[in-house]
Amino acid sequence: MIISGLFKFSCLYKKVNFVLFFVVDQLRSVSVDLNNDSSLLIDIPDALCERDKVKFTVHTKTTLNSFQKPDFSVSRQHEDFIWLHDTLVETEEYAGLIIPPAPPKPDFESPREKMHKLGEGEATMTKEEYTKMKQELEAEYLAVFKKTVQVHEIFLQRLSSHPNLSKDRNFQIFLEYDQDLSVRRKNAKEMFGGFFKNMVKSADEVLISGIKDVDEFFEQEKTFLLDYFSKIKDSTAKAEKMTRSHKNVADDYIHISATLNSIAADDNTALKQHLEKFAELLEKLRKVEGRVASDQELKLTELLRYYMRDIQAAKDLLYRRARALADYENSNKALDKARLKSKDVAQAEENQKQCLLKFDKLSESGKKELTSFKGRRVVAFRKNLIEMAELEIKHAKQCVILHSTCIDLMDSSFIFAVVQVRGRR
Amino acid sequence: MHFPSVFSSSTASPLPTLSDSAMDPPLPVSSSEPPKDIFSEPPADTFKDPLNKTSAEKAASGGLSKAQAAVPVKVAADEELDDLFSDSLGESGAAPVTDAKIAPLLDLGEEPQKSDVIKKDGNADLFKEPLGAMTKKPQGSLFTEAKSEAKAARPEQSNSAAADLFTEEAFTVTPVVAAAKSSVNTSSKTNGLHSDEEDLFAEATVELSLDSPHNDRRKREAAKPSAPAPSLSASASTSKPQPKTLEELEEEEKEDTFDLNISVTNPEKVGKSTTSLSMFRSKQFTVRRRFSDFLGLYEKLSEKHAQNGYIVPPPPEKSILGMTKVKVGKEDPSSAEFVERRRAALERYLHRVVSHPSLLQDPDVREFLEKEELPRAVSTQALSGAGFLKMINKATDAVSKMTIKMNESDVWFEEKLQEVESEDQQLRKLHAMVESLVNHRKELSVNTAMFAKSVAMLGSSEDNTALSRALSQLAEVEDRIEQLHQDQASNDFFIFAELLADYIRLLGAVRACFDQRMKAWQRWQDAQNMLQKKRETEAKLLWANKPDKLQQAKDEIVEWEAKVSQYEREFERVSATVRKEVIRFEKEKSRDFKKQIIRYLESLLQSQQQLIKYWEAFLPEAKAIA
Repeated sequence: MIISGLFKFSCLYKKVNFVLFFVVDQLRSVSVDLNNDSSLLIDIPDALCERDKVKFTVHTKTTLNSFQKPDFSVSRQHEDFIWLHDTLVETEEYAGLIIPPAPPKPDFESPREKMHKLGEGEATMTKEEYTKMKQELEAEYLAVFKKTVQVHEIFLQRLSSHPNLSKDRNFQIFLEYDQDLSVRRKNAKEMFGGFFKNMVKSADEVLISGIKDVDEFFEQEKTFLLDYFSKIKDSTAKAEKMTRSHKNVADDYIHISATLNSIAADDNTALKQHLEKFAELLEKLRKVEGRVASDQELKLTELLRYYMRDIQAAKDLLYRRARALADYENSNKALDKARLKSKDVAQAEENQKQCLLKFDKLSESGKKELTSFKGRRVVAFRKNLIEMAELEIKHAKQCVILHSTCIDLMDSSFIFAVVQVRGRR
Repeated sequence: MHFPSVFSSSTASPLPTLSDSAMDPPLPVSSSEPPKDIFSEPPADTFKDPLNKTSAEKAASGGLSKAQAAVPVKVAADEELDDLFSDSLGESGAAPVTDAKIAPLLDLGEEPQKSDVIKKDGNADLFKEPLGAMTKKPQGSLFTEAKSEAKAARPEQSNSAAADLFTEEAFTVTPVVAAAKSSVNTSSKTNGLHSDEEDLFAEATVELSLDSPHNDRRKREAAKPSAPAPSLSASASTSKPQPKTLEELEEEEKEDTFDLNISVTNPEKVGKSTTSLSMFRSKQFTVRRRFSDFLGLYEKLSEKHAQNGYIVPPPPEKSILGMTKVKVGKEDPSSAEFVERRRAALERYLHRVVSHPSLLQDPDVREFLEKEELPRAVSTQALSGAGFLKMINKATDAVSKMTIKMNESDVWFEEKLQEVESEDQQLRKLHAMVESLVNHRKELSVNTAMFAKSVAMLGSSEDNTALSRALSQLAEVEDRIEQLHQDQASNDFFIFAELLADYIRLLGAVRACFDQRMKAWQRWQDAQNMLQKKRETEAKLLWANKPDKLQQAKDEIVEWEAKVSQYEREFERVSATVRKEVIRFEKEKSRDFKKQIIRYLESLLQSQQQLIKYWEAFLPEAKAIA
């Protein structure tokens, strides 16, 4: 996959402008396992970033005849994805499914903050340092950008691989409609409505959570998911913190390396070359450490974050089912009442039947969904953990090579001693 | 143990006359020993030695009741016996083998010397033990630790002994050269010294290969002098009188070769202050010094030598905050770190002092290293009258520095001073950055620990067994990595940041020596001006025709002419010294940096290797998730 992009950021009061063009081969690193159904293949081969607006090119290859052409691409924005997700959630039909979580909003906050710092620190930094920091910043943009593209792609791929969701009309429109979807952003009232709905939902959740489930499976799932959700949320936050501080360490290497270089420039003794070598090594180490941090982020933090959201989706499913159960129980009560008063019995009966039907349907598809979710999670964890371990080993080995060559370069007279020391350890 | 207290009372108690006379008998024995081959006749030695000593002991402990004295003698003799046996066996098993291997390699494996080395080893341990006895109370646990460490350190030790051999050989070639070696005994009560110690070993060898070619000063961090066989340490108390004899021995031998070996060990919290022990190895010597004594030494040295343009290595700064923490907090890790930091800094400081050819000759340095009791340095207290005076002096110095406008005649000095100043700036910047690296790495370590805990929790609620296991494995891996980061952070600090801090201080001293040169120049200029004035008065007097005062004026002119030429010579001398000193300093710096950078890289390398190990162990676990 190739991502190309254009960043234009400016920090007005400090007149820091830079434009970043890039074309990068992205490693495919999908954190969810998707079945290889070739009837509908979706990827995002290309994305363009301007300011914090990201335009994704969504490319579809299909053999389904519900589409007009077998191969087409459209341009979509983040808001379009959110719209798609919301319509899916609101569709009654899919109440029994785990709706894949919507991709998070592209977050360029951290690189932007850094850019501010860079703008402020421009006066105090040496030219070299500034260039290095800029490079670092660009790398970070790239990483964020890559990540953003990836999560959006995963969202679509999850949809396409789902037997029911892939046939959704809105989804197909999203993929096919070659004009701008021009999704209206939610206005204030709707935003407030959404907020209110959430409130009601969580209150309702608390209310109906008291109801003991008749089905052992769901009862177990519920306690498990609740517990797991809180744990994974914690882990996600901690992992994020960890990678952030790792990045800080990598950033420190830049400064140290730059300062060492300027010391070396002033030095005329034999030390000069050693300092230069040391600085050079730190420069390389910075890259490796930075990569370690970003790989950790991609393989570990993103995985945890994704499953945190996925579990939230699963919890939503459980909520919908519990709601249906409550509805059913209410309709039972209503029926009893109607029978007692022998008024509107037929209507109540009908209502009760509907509720039961809905509940049963929800239970059935919910069970299937949750089971497949479990399998999917284990597979994804396995894949990511293996990849992460492999990457960590790769990076550490690279570091070892860098270190040893640097030590060897430092002084040939030292090799003897170093070898001796190593042998002894 | 019962005996140590008995003996320590005899050795540690300040009864010079008694103990001296008591120690005399063993002296010839031990001094005549070196040429003898310990391998061929260990029994003879062991019998002769302890018996002599114990008899001496008896004499020494005349005040003690006979029964009391008799018991230790007997037991001591026994112990000494079998442990010397085992020791010589052990030595021939471990140390001599390596010695023999290395010695021929270096082409100086003469038998007597070898035995000498081994004896030295023995002495070292014997010597170390008494310390334990003296400071027995606070360090009960410490010493067992020290022993086990020593046990572990054994193989290295024998190597370093061989290294000693090497330097000694060098001396016989050029007897004038004094080599300063140092041994580091890291058996303090602070934590995490194991890794430190390993580094020190590394340094030992590193230095060896660096220094051996040229015969100037060699400063070396050797391994702990004490590598007692486990059994030996038990009986070490019996041979406690030996240190005293060795002192005298040292006096004799000092003339031809003196082999300096300093280490600052066992910082201990005594009441209010940190006491440190330093050791005179090979002709072993141990003294206890307070931190302020180190400062006092610096005061004395800088008083005497700074004005001549010498770079007097500055001691570590006083830290009231850190010290209060040590005083208040008991076993706080940060205070332990503080003590270790200070110990290492003091040790480096002493190394710098003794590796300086002129400072080493200073009687105060010797006194500092040798003398049992040092008059307490009062002027070093931060809040004292002397301290206040010093502050005023400094202020006036600063003012005069600003007012003196020196038109520099020598470009070299001008350039150097500029170089030093810009370097100072750069180093300060670098130091701040390395400090921030240390902090970030500590942060990373803390965050990793938290993540590890969190993942462990996640693993416990995971319902898939294989995944659950893998997650708890991951937690374990992250836990280890946390330790790794922490160790690396302390390596960042002790190897890298402390080096920079040292050199920032040293650059201050370098600048001070430039200032001294400027002062000398100023004196010279003043004298010239004065001479000029005198000449003018003479001319005036001549004009006014006052012959009575003329003679006086002429005398004064002669006097001032002499002064001018004297000051000029002085200035030339100071200039030459400064130049020499700066060149020496640069050489030392270059070597120090190189050594430390390599050490630092080694530490990084090691932690990466550990990282590989951890992840490689984790990989199959991840693959086992089904």
